[in-house]
Amino acid sequence: MGYSFNISTFNNVLRELSADYIIYAPVKIFNKGVFSDTDLVTYGQIKTLEDIEFEEKSHFSSKEIFFPITQTLFYFTEDAFSLPKISPKKIIIFCRPCDANGIQRLDQIFLKNGDLMDNYYNELRKKVHLFVLECKYSFDTCFCVSMGANKVDRYSAFIRRAGDTVLCDVSVDFEDRFSKYGTYVNMTPVFIESNDIKVDIPEKIPKSIFYHKLWDEYSERCIACGRCNVVCPTCSCFTMQDIFYEDNPYCGERRRVWASCMIDGFTDMAGGNSFRKNKGERMRFRLLHKIHDFKQKFGSNHHMCVGCGRCSDVCPENISFTACIQKLNQAVQSSDQRGLKS
Amino acid sequence: MNNPYLPVKAKIINVKPQTEIDYTFRLETAIKVASGQFFEVSIPNVGEAPISVSDFGDDWIEMTIRNVGKLTNVIHKLKPGSHLFIRGPYGNGFPIQQMSDKDLIIAVGGTGLAPVKSILSQYCKKTIHLKSLTLLTGFKSPADILFREEIEEWRKEFCVELTVDKDDTKNWTGNIGLITGLISKVSISDITNTQVITVGPPIMMKFSVIEFLNRKIAKENIWVSFERKMCCGIGKCGHCKIDNTYICLDGPVFNYYVAQNLID
Repeated sequence: MGYSFNISTFNNVLRELSADYIIYAPVKIFNKGVFSDTDLVTYGQIKTLEDIEFEEKSHFSSKEIFFPITQTLFYFTEDAFSLPKISPKKIIIFCRPCDANGIQRLDQIFLKNGDLMDNYYNELRKKVHLFVLECKYSFDTCFCVSMGANKVDRYSAFIRRAGDTVLCDVSVDFEDRFSKYGTYVNMTPVFIESNDIKVDIPEKIPKSIFYHKLWDEYSERCIACGRCNVVCPTCSCFTMQDIFYEDNPYCGERRRVWASCMIDGFTDMAGGNSFRKNKGERMRFRLLHKIHDFKQKFGSNHHMCVGCGRCSDVCPENISFTACIQKLNQAVQSSDQRGLKS
Repeated sequence: MNNPYLPVKAKIINVKPQTEIDYTFRLETAIKVASGQFFEVSIPNVGEAPISVSDFGDDWIEMTIRNVGKLTNVIHKLKPGSHLFIRGPYGNGFPIQQMSDKDLIIAVGGTGLAPVKSILSQYCKKTIHLKSLTLLTGFKSPADILFREEIEEWRKEFCVELTVDKDDTKNWTGNIGLITGLISKVSISDITNTQVITVGPPIMMKFSVIEFLNRKIAKENIWVSFERKMCCGIGKCGHCKIDNTYICLDGPVFNYYVAQNLID
C-alpha cells in the first residue's frame, strides 16, 4: 500500500517507530572520510529523515548491525559461562537493494550452511526489518544488474524521496504506523535497470584457470589490507578470539571478530602449515567465492556478490573487481587457454 | 535456543606422554564419536582449536595433542583432574561401513596416526570387520614414534610396517626412509577390493596418493583426511573453505576422487 508524506509527517512516523525500533540508515559524517576534507558515508542510528544520506553510496554495508565486527559469544568466570544480553528493541535498516540482497546471502551462510544454525546471527537478524531506499541513479562502480541484485521483492517498506515528498510502499506489518500520518497514493517501486558497468560471469570454471597467469598481477598489486572484505556486504568470515581482563585473568570473554581471506594468517595452522601464500591466489579465492562457489554450493539463483562495487571503491591499489571478472571471463572463453602456466 | 558455540566441560582422566611434544589426553565424556571426527577444544581465556579424536570408548574420548601453538602449550601443562572445554564432534569421519570385508591399507605420517588410531583399536576389539588390515606408518625419527605400546599390540593382530625419515640415534634397527618406500612394496592381493586411507602432512599425503595410484589403486578407493584452520566447525567461519567445499562440513575425510579437485 502506498503513502505520501512531507518531511514533517514522515518524521512523525520515525518518532513513533523509535519507541520499538532502533533505526539505522546511511548517514554522512563530516570530515571523517579517508582523505582530508572528505566525509564518511556509513550506517548509523537516525532520528529524522534529514539524518539519512540519500545522494551517495555508503562506504560500508549494513552488515555490522546484525553481524558485529566484534561480537561477544559468552563471558566466562573461571569455568562458568554467561551469555551477553541483547537489546529487546527491534531493528529497522534503511538500505539500498544491493545491501538488502546482501543480507540474504549472509542468511544463507549463517542460517543454512550445515545443519546447525548460527544462533547469535539469528537472534539479531530476526529483529531486522528492511526499509529499502530507491536508487535514483547507478553510482560509478555499481554492477548490481549484472548480479541480479538490483531488485528486492520482500521489504517492510520501500522509500522514495523526491524533494520534500517521501513516497512509501508499505507492507502489511507496518501499515498502521504509516497510514496514521500519510495520505494514500499509488506507488510502484522503481529499480535500477542498467549500470554503466556490466560483467559477464563465466558459468563453468575449469580447474586449469586456477593456474592461469591472470592472477599473477594481483600478487604484485594487492597489499593484503583486507579492505575489500570489510566493506563487502556478503563477506561473513570470522575468527574466534579469547580475551581476559587485565585485573583478573580468570574472567574474560570469547568473541568472534571479522576475518579477511586477503590478509596474512587466514589459513595459518598451529605447526606452521598455511595455504594461499600469494595474494593472487587469495584474489582468485575471493573472486570465485563471490561469483562461482556460493551459487554452485547452494544451487541458488544468485551469486554471492551483489554488485555494490564497494571493494573496487575502497581498494588503495585501485584493483577493480569487475575488471578482474572480465579478465577471468576472457581467459575462460579463450579456447586456446593462452596464458596457462605449465 | 540451542547454542552450538557453547562448549561443555570435560574432565581429563589421564595424560600419557607419547613423545616430548605429543601427549594423549583421555577425557571423561559420554559424547558419541566416529573415527575421523574432531572437536573444537578450548581453554577459556586461551583459545579454541580443532583437534581430532584419536580413540574413544563408551564414556571417554582421547585426543593426541602436539604442543605446537598457543592453546596446546597450555593444554600440555594440564594434569589429570583438570578440565578441557569441548564442543562437537564435527565432520564426517571415515566410511568404515563401506570397508567391511575389504582389504584396508592405512598409510599415515606423524600425528596423522592419531585420527586413524580408533580404527586400529576397533579392529583389534573386533567391533569392525575388515578382510585384512595393513598399517604403514612413518615418523621423522625414532624419538617421534607415537603409540609405541599399542603398535606392539597391533603387530599381533595385523601387518604393521614402520619407517623413520632419518635415524639420529644410531641404534635404530627398523626401516629408514619415506613412507612412499613402504607403499611401493606393500602387498596388495585383490586390487579391486583394497581400500586406502592416508593421513598426514599435505606433502606426505600428496606423494602417498601418487604412490598408491602407481600401484593401480583406483582413486575411488583412496580416502584422505584434511587438516585446515577451522574456527567454528559448523560451516560459518569460512576459514576451511576450498572452492565450494567446507572441510568441517563435507570432510575432513574425502574420497580422493573429490579431493583431487580441491585446490586451496
